[in-house]
Amino acid sequence: MNKRIAITGLGMVTALGFGAEANWAAMVAGRSGIRRITRFDTTGMRATMAGCVDLPEDKPGEPLSVAARAERLGEAAIGEALAQAGLSAPFAGPLCIGMPPVEVEWPQRGRFGAATYAELIERMSGETALYEEFLFGGSATRLAERFGTQGVPQVVSTACASGASAIQMALEAIRRGEARMAIAAGAEASLQPETLIRFGLLQALSTRNDDPEGASRPFTLSRDGFVMADGAGALILEDEDHARARGATILGYVLGAGEAADTFHRTRSAPDGSAIIRCMRRALDDAGLSPADIGYVNAHGTSTPENDKMEAMAVRALFGELPPPPVGSTKSMIGHTLSAAGAIEAGICLLALRHQMLPPTINQTDVDPELGVDTIPVARPHSFRAALSNSFGFGGQNVAVVIGAAE
Amino acid sequence: MRPVGITGIGIASSQGEGREAHAALLGGAAPVLDEARFAPHPVHPLPALPFEAAIPRRELRQMENWQRLGVYAAGLAIDDAGLRERVAEMDLIVAAGGGERDWKLDEQIMAASPVEAERHRMLMDGLRPTLFLAQLSNLMAGSISITHNVAGSSRTLMGEESSGAEALRIAAARVGSGSSELCLAGSAFIAERPEVLMLFAMGGLLHRGPWAPVAQRRGIAYGSMGVFMTLAPAEASAPIAILRHVATDQGRPEGRTARLAALLDGLPTMGPECLRLSAASGAGEATQAELAALGRAPDLFAADLLGHGCEAAFPAAVALAALAIQSGRARQVLVTGAGAWRGEAVALLEAP
Repeated sequence: MNKRIAITGLGMVTALGFGAEANWAAMVAGRSGIRRITRFDTTGMRATMAGCVDLPEDKPGEPLSVAARAERLGEAAIGEALAQAGLSAPFAGPLCIGMPPVEVEWPQRGRFGAATYAELIERMSGETALYEEFLFGGSATRLAERFGTQGVPQVVSTACASGASAIQMALEAIRRGEARMAIAAGAEASLQPETLIRFGLLQALSTRNDDPEGASRPFTLSRDGFVMADGAGALILEDEDHARARGATILGYVLGAGEAADTFHRTRSAPDGSAIIRCMRRALDDAGLSPADIGYVNAHGTSTPENDKMEAMAVRALFGELPPPPVGSTKSMIGHTLSAAGAIEAGICLLALRHQMLPPTINQTDVDPELGVDTIPVARPHSFRAALSNSFGFGGQNVAVVIGAAE
Repeated sequence: MRPVGITGIGIASSQGEGREAHAALLGGAAPVLDEARFAPHPVHPLPALPFEAAIPRRELRQMENWQRLGVYAAGLAIDDAGLRERVAEMDLIVAAGGGERDWKLDEQIMAASPVEAERHRMLMDGLRPTLFLAQLSNLMAGSISITHNVAGSSRTLMGEESSGAEALRIAAARVGSGSSELCLAGSAFIAERPEVLMLFAMGGLLHRGPWAPVAQRRGIAYGSMGVFMTLAPAEASAPIAILRHVATDQGRPEGRTARLAALLDGLPTMGPECLRLSAASGAGEATQAELAALGRAPDLFAADLLGHGCEAAFPAAVALAALAIQSGRARQVLVTGAGAWRGEAVALLEAP
């Protein structure tokens, strides 16, 4: 069996607020962080609401770029996690972080008044601040330098599974003995006009614009798409012996992780759910657990018709003859934080284990009876020792992480 | 750690495709250039490649050239290694930037210079729904899985040159430590894209004027290239070369030479005949720092043959190093690289 990896710090930022405990209190109360987008003009767009984390630096007509916001949210989450772990910069291990792809956005492009790329290439030449802002490794590198992490920051993009992939890569680095500890994080801020338009064109988003708080309604008959959201989550992972030797408080464990690429389609799971089931099985095998050991599934649960149907079916298949444990989606409250979701939701599993309480899936007024799972309509006490966190992404990316309770 | 072998190479660049075409370059070859299209910035262009024959039509339609090139090179590597029957268990690590933008639509919007709401309307009307999937960084990996049925783990790393070296380092570490039995690792880069050249222009990185070799310029001539390699335990395969050592580091630019020197100090013993191959870009400070750490000039700059491939640059240099061993040109090859903005890497390859 693989060595357990201790979690000694947790940080979180979502539309529900800054800080893991603030988020937990809001989730247990069943609050929604989804609201109308105000940081840019949404006239004519299919979706006009999101889980927005607006910041003081957002200026009218020129909000922060995806890269800049993701960096700030990541910094807040990592800073919180390090403080809880009793650590500070420099950090003696790598930064593994799920982040969105970035590119120069329209407000920056517009500044140069160019009509063609040839003109733009000439006029933007030597704009090094913009260059550094929009490098694919730029934001993560600044976070790595801010916290003094070691080596190359492992910036992973597996679409909506990125945060879970970051946990898996950190876990592997510690198991291989490359480091005694690692920061596993996800930071997301893709909510800018062009990205919202692109997801809208894929018909992936909820259009329940007149009811933002009711829009993310995983597992219901009326679910109609996901709701984009900003956010960040961070976990400090440590070799258990290392954590004990330095007297750190062990909050819980990452017991294992599993992944499986789906070769069926770019945006849909294989109809038999085989890749999703395989990734959950691999996570359990990696943790040395059987399905009966899992007391809670924090589902990917995006609130799209396709995902929730496939995921519920796959979870039932995984548990076979056993009744599946409660299956909740906290995206009902915080929206879909894309690259950060895996890190945030692993953090939520940790909080649920520590409080022995299940966070709810809100908006369960018309649960889809065909799904056959207990979706946790209201928060409730629950006695359990391990939770499974699922993350699935476009491109056939499937990752599951098993979080265990502290002794 | 068990020894890690490179068992298959898939490479396509301005110089053509495949092992033979690229092994033939190692004695020295003229670059293939397009100096007109993005003048005054020369690029090493992608040649016509038979994507239609290698990628099913319905998949090809979902991709632009960046993904097509990566999928094509990955297929070459799988075939080169004779591993078609083992793709279900194959792990995948890709180093990626982003996919293509619709630059024609971008230019329509730039020319119209509309107010915010009108700009959004032009995007809503003009963007093709499938284009988003051609743009997402991890969708090259997704397209490789779908096209070639690669169904193990799948990870995409971002971060310019560093991500290419880090993809190989992690692939080798996973195979070496036994957490992967078979790994496909690599990258692709398309130089002939205005939005990509714009990013590097902002960094002041583009070489201007007639092409010059790396040693004689202070700027980058980018080149399109796709390169993938299959890695497996050396004892269980018939490797082209042993990937004896890969190490990376990163920090603030002023520490480049010292970090690279430390990486070189950490290498296993190098023989006097060791061939030195550099993945240097030509970017002024980074390349000078790399040369300072090396002490003497490398025997070969990969960018002089292929152009600089950003995320794909280090994997391409490692592929050339493996070809140098396979073709009998060297028994041992050192590969070095310093990213234009951040990151340093070294690799040591040896004859099996």
